[in-house]
Amino acid sequence: MQFMLLFSRQGKLRLQKWYVPLSDKEKKKITRELVQTVLARKPKMCSFLEWRDLKIVYKRYASLYFCCAIEDQDNELITLEIIHRYVELLDKYFGSVCELDIIFNFEKAYFILDEFLLGGEAQETSKKNVLKAIEQADLLQENQSEDWGGLAAEEVL
Amino acid sequence: RMPAPIRLRELIRTIRTARTQAEEREMIQKECAAIRSSFREEDNTYRCRNVAKLLYMHMLGYPAHFGQLECLKLIASQKFTDKRIGYLGAMLLLDERQDVHLLMTNCIKNDLNHSTQYVQGLALCTLGCMGSAEMCRDLAGEVEKLLKTSNSYLRKKAALCAVHVIRKVPELMEMFLPATKNLLSEKNHGVLHTSVVLITEMCERSPDMLTHFRKLVPQLVRILKNLIMSGYSPEHDVSGISDPFLQVRILRLLRILGKGDDDSSEAMNDILAQVATNTETSKNVGNAILYETVLTIMDIKSESGLRVLAINILGRFLLNNDKNIRYVALTSLLKTVQTDHNAVQRHRSTIVDCLKDLDVRAMELSFALVNGNNIRGMMKELLYFLDSCDPEFKADCASGVFLAAEKFAPSKRWHIDTIMRVLTTAGSYVRDDCVPNLIQLITNSSEMHAYTVQRLYKALLDDISQQPLVQVSSWCMGEYGDLLLSGQCEEEEPIQVSEDEVLDVLEGVLISNLSSPVTRGYALTAIMKLSTRFSSVNRIKRVVSIYGSSIDVELQQRAVEYNALFKKYDHMRAALLERMPVMEKTAANGPTEIVQTNGEAEPSVLDVKHVPSAPQPSVQANDLLDLLSGNDMVPVIPTTVPTKPASAGGELLDLLGDLSLTVSISQPPFLLDGISSQPLFNDAAAGIPPMTAYNKNGLKIDFTFERSNSNPNVAVITIHASNSTEADMTDFVFQAAVPKTFQLQLLSPSSNVVPALNKGTITQVVKVLNPQKQQLRMRIKLTYNHRGSSVQDLAEVNNFPTQSWQ
Repeated sequence: MQFMLLFSRQGKLRLQKWYVPLSDKEKKKITRELVQTVLARKPKMCSFLEWRDLKIVYKRYASLYFCCAIEDQDNELITLEIIHRYVELLDKYFGSVCELDIIFNFEKAYFILDEFLLGGEAQETSKKNVLKAIEQADLLQENQSEDWGGLAAEEVL
Repeated sequence: RMPAPIRLRELIRTIRTARTQAEEREMIQKECAAIRSSFREEDNTYRCRNVAKLLYMHMLGYPAHFGQLECLKLIASQKFTDKRIGYLGAMLLLDERQDVHLLMTNCIKNDLNHSTQYVQGLALCTLGCMGSAEMCRDLAGEVEKLLKTSNSYLRKKAALCAVHVIRKVPELMEMFLPATKNLLSEKNHGVLHTSVVLITEMCERSPDMLTHFRKLVPQLVRILKNLIMSGYSPEHDVSGISDPFLQVRILRLLRILGKGDDDSSEAMNDILAQVATNTETSKNVGNAILYETVLTIMDIKSESGLRVLAINILGRFLLNNDKNIRYVALTSLLKTVQTDHNAVQRHRSTIVDCLKDLDVRAMELSFALVNGNNIRGMMKELLYFLDSCDPEFKADCASGVFLAAEKFAPSKRWHIDTIMRVLTTAGSYVRDDCVPNLIQLITNSSEMHAYTVQRLYKALLDDISQQPLVQVSSWCMGEYGDLLLSGQCEEEEPIQVSEDEVLDVLEGVLISNLSSPVTRGYALTAIMKLSTRFSSVNRIKRVVSIYGSSIDVELQQRAVEYNALFKKYDHMRAALLERMPVMEKTAANGPTEIVQTNGEAEPSVLDVKHVPSAPQPSVQANDLLDLLSGNDMVPVIPTTVPTKPASAGGELLDLLGDLSLTVSISQPPFLLDGISSQPLFNDAAAGIPPMTAYNKNGLKIDFTFERSNSNPNVAVITIHASNSTEADMTDFVFQAAVPKTFQLQLLSPSSNVVPALNKGTITQVVKVLNPQKQQLRMRIKLTYNHRGSSVQDLAEVNNFPTQSWQ
C-alpha cells in the first residue's frame, strides 16, 4: 500500500497515512485530485479504479470514505478486507465509531492504524492482538503520568 | 505565568464552529501564534499538547513546519505520551528530503533498545514507515537484531521494518538472510504474515534469494493446508475463513516461487486445487483468496486441468452480483485471453453480458474473443456498447469495431454497413487515423462502390456535423460521384441524384461552420475530382476559383493549384484526377513509409505501389509538374506563386520562400485524393532523432529536425538553447556556418535571453540546403552575456544523424 486517506463526503480530510516519501505539495495535489475523483463516482460503480499508475480501492462507511492506493501486484479484494478490519478495530475501540470520534480523536485513529499496518502491510492479523496492544499502550500512558506526577493522563492533550 | 494552552479537543471544537474559511484561518493563526510562543519558552509540560494541536491544523491544510523540531524533542523525552505524539508528528511532518529528519536517528536507535516493547514498537513503526536510506543504513543492525528476538510483538514489526530497509537500501538485503531461517516455524500469525512479506520482498529482488527460498515451498504448503483444514479459530476467523490475510500472502509467495519451476509448481498443485474448490465464495473474503489462487495458478507451471479450473472460477466471478468481483475477473481474463484463448472463449456469452455494465474491460475482452464464427452476434453487442458507453471509450470502441470488421467481415456489404453504422452513430468519436483506413477499405471493395457512395451520400443529407463521416463521404463522392448519377446499385433501391444535388451537398460542407479545415479540404478536392466525372465543369471552376482567395491558407493553396489545373494544365487534368487504383495494405495500420518512386523519396500513408500520380506536395508550380513522373516534361516555370509576395533575390530564397516567416503554412496537401491532409512529411521527419550539438558551461544546444515541405534537399533544423546555470544568459546570439556545398538560412530567434535553471529555451530555425546530399557539418559561434561578462565560443558540430542529410 502506498497511502491511505480518510475523508468526508464534503471532501474534508480526516486521516492521511503515507508510506511513500512525497513532498507536502505533492501530497496535497494527490489528495485533492483523488478526493475529487472518488467523490465523483456514482454509487453503482465498483470500488476499484485505476489512477495514474496505481490501483485505488475505496469504500464508504457512513459519512467517511476509506481510500487506499495499492500497487499493480496487490490484491484489490483483500485490500477491501484490510479496510474493513481497520473499521472494525476503530469500532471496537471507540464503541460504535462514527466520524466525530475520528475527528476528535484523530491521534488515536493513527495509533490504531500503526498497530495494524506497518510500512503499508498488515503486521497483525488478529483483531484481538491489535486491540490488546493499544490497550496496553494506553495503560502505559496512564501509568506513566501517575508515576511522574505532572498532568493526569486525560489532561495531557 | 502563561495560562495553560487550550486543550486539543477544545481547539477542535472551537475551530469547527467557524462559519467561514476566513474565520477558521483567523482562529488557526491565533492558535499558531500561541503555540509558537509556547515553543519558544521551551515548555516541556505542554509541548505534547501543542504538537498534537499542530498536527490537527496540519490535517486541515495549514503549514506546520515550525513544529518539526518540537517533534524531535518529544521523541527524545522519556514520557510515553510525548514519544507517541512525537513519533506521530515525525511521520506526518518530517520527510526524508529534509536534513532535520536525520536528527531522529539517534533517538530511534535508543528507542529500538528500550526496555519497554511499546517504545520499541514506536521506533520500529516510524523507521519502517518513513526511514530514509541513511537512517536505514545506520539502524539496519538494530532491526536485524530484533528480527531474531523471541518477542513476537517485536519480531513481526522488525520483519516489516526490514522490508522497508531493503526497499531503501537493497544492498543490505543479505544481512537479513540468516534471521529468516526459522521465521516460518513461528506459531504467531503476525510473525508468519510479516515473514512471508519479507521473504516475498527478498525473492522479488534477487534471483539468488528466489532459488534459496524455493526450499520453503513444502513448509508454505503445510501452513496453508493447516489454515484451511483446521477448525474454527476465533482469533483469526473472518466469515468462516481462517486468517485470509495470511492465506493470500502465502499464495502470492507460492506464485513467485513456482513461476518457471516445474518441481515447485508440482509441489503446490494439490493445495491450489484444494483452495480453489473448497473456499467459500459467498463473501468477498473467500473470493479474495480465490482471486489470488487464480493468479497463482495462471502464473506457475500448472497442469491444464488446474488452469481450466482457474478460468472457470473467473467465469463464475463474472456471474457474481458483486461488481467488484466482476471487475477483477475481467481484469484477470484480459491477462489470460492470449495464452488460454479457448478456455476463455467458453465464457464468451458471460463476458458479452458484462458489456451491459458498460465496463471497458468487457469491451476489450470481447474484441479479443471475436472471430469469424461469432462476428455477427458479437458486433451487435459491441455496437450497442458503442452507443451507450462513456464518451471516453467511444474512440477505442470504434477503432476496435473497424479492426474486427476488417479481420472477420462475413461479407463486403456487411462490412460497409458496419462502417456506416459506426460513422453515422458515433462519427464524431472516430479517430482521425481511421479515415484513411476506411477510404482504403472502400476503394478495395470495388463491387460495393455504388452502394457505398449512395449510402454515404444519404448520410450526408441528414447530418454534416460528424467530421470523420463527412470526410469519408466527401472523398467517396468525389471518387465515385459518377456512380451516384448513373443510379446503378445492386444492393439497394437506387436513388435519383443530379449533378447539382451532389455539388450542393459538397459545397454545403465547404461553407458550413461545422466543417473543420481538414474536412473542407476533402470537400474541395472532391468537387475538383468531379470535374472529370461530371459535366458541370463551369460550376466546379467557379467554386474552385472562389476558394483561391480563401483566408484558410490550406484551402487557398489547393484552390490555386486546382485553378492552375484548369488553366495551364488542363490537358493533364483527366490523368491526374482519374480513379484511384486498388491499394495494397501494409502490414501495420497504415504507417508512413518512405517509398522510392522515380528516384525521389516520398512518404505515403499506405504502401502505394505504382500509383501513377504519387504526388510531391508543393506550393510551387514547377513542383506541380514533378507529379507527372511518367512524362519527361521539364518546362520552365516561374518560381513565384501568384498569391505570395514576390521574393527578392535569387533561387535559394525562392526554394525556401514557401516557408515564409510571416505566414505559417501548414503542410501542403497531396494534390490528388485527400487521403490524408495530415502533414506526411512530418511523419517521415519524425524518424530523424534529435541531437545535442553543444553542451558546455551550462549552455546546452539541442537540434531537432524536420524535412522541408517542398524540397527534400532542405533540412529544417530547430535549435533549442537552454541554460542550467543560476544566472540568465542575455544578448544571446547563435551563428552558424556550413561548408561550401551547402547553403544556410537562419531565421529569427524566439528571443535573446536564455533563462536560468532551464526555465525556458530560445528556439531558432536553421534551414540547410544540401543538394549534393553530403554529410552535414556545421560550425557554430555562440555569444552571450553571463554574470556580467561577455562569453564567446566556437564549436564544430559533426554528430548529425545520417537521416538529416541523406
